[in-house]
Amino acid sequence: MPLYRDEAVVLRVQKLGEADRIVTLLTRKHGRVRAVGKGVRRTTSKFGASLEPGSHIEVQLHSRMPDGAHPPGSQRGLDLVTQTESLGAYGAQLASDYSRWTAVSAICETTERLTEEGEPALRLYLLIVGALRALVERVHPSGLILDAFLIRAMSNAGWEPALTECAKCSAPGPHTAFNVPAGGAMCENCRPTGSARPQRESVELMVALLGGDWTAADASNEPARRETSGLVAAHLQWHLERGLRSLPLVDRS
Amino acid sequence: MMYEGAVQDLIDELGRLPGVGPKSAQRIAFYLLASEQVDVERLASTLIRVKNDVKFCSICGNVSESEQCRICTDTRRDPTIICVVEEPKDVLAVERTREFRGRYHVLGGAISPIDGVGPDDLRIRELLVRLRDGVVTELILATDPNLEGEATATYLARMINPMGLTVTRLASGLPVGGDLEYADEVTLGRAFSGRRRVD
Repeated sequence: MPLYRDEAVVLRVQKLGEADRIVTLLTRKHGRVRAVGKGVRRTTSKFGASLEPGSHIEVQLHSRMPDGAHPPGSQRGLDLVTQTESLGAYGAQLASDYSRWTAVSAICETTERLTEEGEPALRLYLLIVGALRALVERVHPSGLILDAFLIRAMSNAGWEPALTECAKCSAPGPHTAFNVPAGGAMCENCRPTGSARPQRESVELMVALLGGDWTAADASNEPARRETSGLVAAHLQWHLERGLRSLPLVDRS
Repeated sequence: MMYEGAVQDLIDELGRLPGVGPKSAQRIAFYLLASEQVDVERLASTLIRVKNDVKFCSICGNVSESEQCRICTDTRRDPTIICVVEEPKDVLAVERTREFRGRYHVLGGAISPIDGVGPDDLRIRELLVRLRDGVVTELILATDPNLEGEATATYLARMINPMGLTVTRLASGLPVGGDLEYADEVTLGRAFSGRRRVD
């Protein structure tokens, strides 16, 4: 029964029994891991606030599988959290800001859905840590940070929307039509009926968010931000084949 | 191996209860089989009575056997202070302190977007209706000291502060009986920010 250590972000917590919790973690080296935190809900718990959603921690886990049966974290059983040390209590810092906290929930849910248990996802791990840090530092509006995370997470998963060329024939843009099932922007020849006609600024904002051009993203106007959020959410949920529970509850006020 | 008829049905039903696994369900089932007839009948009638008679108070949302709970109908309780809690069991926890003489409002949970629970799924609208008549002057937010509870308190404070009421949140910090060195940074940080003068 090996012990292993890793860095992790807490994605989700669920109550278990009287005072325990099942925590879903995205670890740096072992991918998504589900583990039990014993006694976490007691006020005297040694884990304190470290096992709350959005926390960035260093964690020691006890794998329940025998040595050599599987690499740690790769099986579907629950590991046991034996020790934690906080690297950044991002969730706790954001709970006092409702808008940012709802964005954290959407980021955590998306990450959980885009990862598999036991399969390392280093780029997504670095992306979520960066997004949480950006939300805490408050350098950009929370809605933009969320949309930037979602669009980059999709790109990482292989679902990057076509924005500067036609999704079907690769004709260089800019194009005025956007079709989610077809994969993004579309030229007039390929455009299926019922395609959206977003503002040019909205597509430019998506390009800026995908490329990390924060000067352009911060300068965008409110209608473009609203439209971008809708397109990014539609694109993500189309590929996930299921709605995200937290996205409709994100407070963008 | 499966048991026959009623015994297996009982094990299956007990196994559906939270925290009761198949082994525990089997143990409880055989304990009940070995128990006196009168004890089992008392348990069965209590289960039926709790489902038929217990409802939620129309004012605060606490569990009650009548339309309004004992706390809401008690004229000795201070009607100007409302303590907002997540679940009926939290009312009992606060009552055990004997520190609070006001009334309660049970939300029925906490906002948790990742589980699909938003403000509209809680009894927030009913709380706002209670505050409308101007009798209440202070609202104590006693939601759980976890992130869902904090975010729910933040949401409520944002909605209620413009109404001119005093909105307070339960203090959080070091637990009695613990060692300082084992406190995590968030708990210790809150204890520092909420420190008080010692006279």
